[in-house]
Amino acid sequence: MEEKKNLSQKEISRRSFLKGAGIASVGAVIATTASVDIKADTKNDSDVIGKNGISCEFDVNGKKYAQKVPPRTTLAELLREDLNLTGTKVVCDRGACGACTVIVDGKSVCSCMTLAIDSAGKKIETIEGLANGDELHPLQEAFVNHDALQCGFCTPGMVMSCKNLLDHNAQPTLPEVRKAVSGNLCRCGTYPHVFKAVMDVSGKKGE
Amino acid sequence: MNKKWVGTNVPRKEGIEKVTGKSKYIDDLTFPDMIYGITVRSDVPRGTIRKIHFADNINWDEFTIVTIEDIPGENVVTLIESDQPFLADKEIRHQQEPILLLAHPDKSLLEEARRSIRIEVDELPAIFNIEESLNKKQIIYSDDNIIKEYLITKGNTDDVWDSAYKIVSEEYHTGAQEQLYIENNGMIAIANDEEVTVWGSMQCPYYIHKALMPLFDLPAEKIRIIQTATGGGFGGKEEYPSIIAGHAALLARKAQKPVKLMYDRAEDMVATTKRHPSHTRQKIAVDENGKLLAIDIDFVLDGGAYTTLSAVVLSRGAIHAAGPYACENIRIRARAVATNTPPQGAFRGFGAPQSIFAFERHLDLVAKQLNMCPVEFRKQNFLQQGSLNATGQKIEEEVRLDKVLDLALEKSQYFAKKKQFAVHNSQKNVKTYKGVGLASFYHGAGFTGSGEVYLASIVGARLTADGKVKVLAASTEIGQGTNTIFSQIAADALGIDYDMVEIETPDTSKVPNSGPTVASRTCMIVGKLVESAVCGIRDTLLKSNLLTSEYTSQQFITASKKYLEDFGELKIFVKYKPPAGIHWDEKNYRGSAYSAYAWAVYVAEVSVDKYTYEMQVDDFVAVQEVGEVVHPILAQGQIEGGVAQGIGYALYEDVVWRNGQMANNQMTNYIIPTSLDAPDIRVFFSEPFQPGGVRKGIGELPMDGTAPAVISAVENATGKHVCHVPLRPEDLMMLYRKET
Ligand code: FES
Ligand code: FES
Repeated sequence: MEEKKNLSQKEISRRSFLKGAGIASVGAVIATTASVDIKADTKNDSDVIGKNGISCEFDVNGKKYAQKVPPRTTLAELLREDLNLTGTKVVCDRGACGACTVIVDGKSVCSCMTLAIDSAGKKIETIEGLANGDELHPLQEAFVNHDALQCGFCTPGMVMSCKNLLDHNAQPTLPEVRKAVSGNLCRCGTYPHVFKAVMDVSGKKGE
Repeated sequence: MNKKWVGTNVPRKEGIEKVTGKSKYIDDLTFPDMIYGITVRSDVPRGTIRKIHFADNINWDEFTIVTIEDIPGENVVTLIESDQPFLADKEIRHQQEPILLLAHPDKSLLEEARRSIRIEVDELPAIFNIEESLNKKQIIYSDDNIIKEYLITKGNTDDVWDSAYKIVSEEYHTGAQEQLYIENNGMIAIANDEEVTVWGSMQCPYYIHKALMPLFDLPAEKIRIIQTATGGGFGGKEEYPSIIAGHAALLARKAQKPVKLMYDRAEDMVATTKRHPSHTRQKIAVDENGKLLAIDIDFVLDGGAYTTLSAVVLSRGAIHAAGPYACENIRIRARAVATNTPPQGAFRGFGAPQSIFAFERHLDLVAKQLNMCPVEFRKQNFLQQGSLNATGQKIEEEVRLDKVLDLALEKSQYFAKKKQFAVHNSQKNVKTYKGVGLASFYHGAGFTGSGEVYLASIVGARLTADGKVKVLAASTEIGQGTNTIFSQIAADALGIDYDMVEIETPDTSKVPNSGPTVASRTCMIVGKLVESAVCGIRDTLLKSNLLTSEYTSQQFITASKKYLEDFGELKIFVKYKPPAGIHWDEKNYRGSAYSAYAWAVYVAEVSVDKYTYEMQVDDFVAVQEVGEVVHPILAQGQIEGGVAQGIGYALYEDVVWRNGQMANNQMTNYIIPTSLDAPDIRVFFSEPFQPGGVRKGIGELPMDGTAPAVISAVENATGKHVCHVPLRPEDLMMLYRKET
């Protein structure tokens, strides 16, 4: 009885610690939402901010995953290594290229710069969730039709940035499209084709 | 032949896989029991290894450690010269020299382990650039630091100087450029004493194959190299992957486990090859009408610490150095020199962007000094059908470079813009200067000289169990559309559906050596072989009376299945035969350097901020003649991509060197064009000069002319003669300062 009480107190303090850390460190990605209940690995208290996992529940493409993740794990690592969703790519691993872009609660984020634990409980969308079985998402279809991909390595991130744009702005202007993908580096230079693909989809929507 | 597929925009073969995230690139693969590797490198540019210290904060027993002692065969990366070791033995020649390899099941432990190894070195003085190398400040390569030297001579330039109307001389520099393919390099290997298998990101499976045979002292059939989906190469995955594959396999052999060796972005940028920096001296003599009388070029490339591909990069640079212009007297001296930097390597254009930049910039200067329009000046010196180029090759096709030029002028409104900008720039209250500039150039497709003859590429085709056709070639899909265009070409040659052609994975145990995927040769050279190979399949079916000369796709399938039923298998291989009339004198560098050239004129329009000196490309027109265009959208994408890289080369991409290595090896501080920087790139393909479906390469072409066109536009906007790239705002500011 007494032990249990201690435990829950510790939990609270731990949570506020995480919160505090998120506020204090500029640009760091540790920040928790009150709605997410992050439970520590109770067996090894001292290691919570270390190697051992924290049990979290993730909602990726509408599918729920219960996963134990060490706090340092990035969302990209969680997706690629733990959930085997390798469509999301990691290139620079520091927020410079956009290849790892996924959508979290309606916002596009660099999954290499987002901690997995911070995405727990939120709605995560990745490239794997776009198509419905064999039926491509209209944006994917437009990418294929306009050959908006060459080597394809920037493509998942590029598609996710475009989807996020269209989710919020169904009929963007060309400058809006340019801006929306300005964080997605494509060395093959597919930009003009990407613009066409997005404009094509938005045109269809407008009909 | 009826062409139903060639010339149309069929969907890219691997498009759906790529757009759904299903394509498996090397880092997407995991093998049971796989462990992770890392490379321990030198951190001095030159010296002799004295001792290697392992710190005792690490439990080294958990690690697989590979040293030179673990190399079963020859410690040398077989390429042109065999001078580069897989692991440094005693001698260190650059800061990123691999010395040891480590592997561990937990990849998060690798970095600390790498840092816990100290290489004790007796340092030697190093040299870091062309000047220091030419001045022989230190001798680091043979007895004069020269990796390779060529001399191309035509006529006699020395007879001209005294009598010429005008002689104009100047020097030009180009910087290194990082390929920055978006997918980092990586390999997975499984190996034991008897055999080696490597999967990975690469352009040339058979280069790796060739390099691994001596490393492991194993015969060809015991080494198997498999290309996984590859996220771009641009030349950067031509030869360095051999080293990574060798390292991964050495670790795997020692660990007796699969080993994944992935570079992160920083390591990929600092350790692997880049475009060769260059230094060019130009001297041109003209008569009073602007006719080129003599061209004297001294072209030098910084090759880095080992030979690698520098000799061939230099050769292409030298042959393209005098551009598509007719001149009786030409002398081109070309040298690649050694420095203590990681070896430079292949990058789209392969030496030509460097020499073409210098020449096109110099032509602008000569025109200016003649008070002539740079367009007119170029036009009257263009090569024509029947003229001889720098190597004395007679241009056989009916060249209409003037037509290409006219189209470029028209589409870009070059002359109207020039007038309009002159007015604009003279106004006091404007915030920007505007300018328009142009470059005309050609690019030889395929290997230089006898390269294709030596390669003797082989392509195969076979029937699949369901009656379709599978192309067997080692040519890799790296984004440029190999799989798509091969399928189009094969489908047309056979008169069957596009979907009935499949492409075998480049796997050395399954495909013959169709040569490396470089030099814009895939469509032109290998494409032709694909055509012959599948025709062999058809002819066999015809001869066995299973097909009549007219057939439908369905009938083809039926016939194929019947053939397989009766005979078990149908595989046809064809070998490259050089076209008649192609002669190349390797010793004197005379003759037909390439069997075909693509011709182009590019026009750039820029604005320059008067206060910040920032430059922006506002419009870009790219007109080219590339023979038959197999897939217009794909071809357009190739040109756009190359132009974007060329704009980066001209204005943004600055490799900062510190002690012989790249100091800005991150995507945050090595800047490439984003969606906001890339202008509208308007691509036009001019009518083929020759009928009959001749194809010329297009991959490298756009890299050649973009930087000179952009810089020419900056010069038009500012009136400053710019002699180098990258041209950063601060460089432009200094040019203004110099004058006041
Ligand atoms: S990998 Fe995340 S931004 Fe580059
Ligand atoms: S398609 Fe290759 S990097 Fe974008």
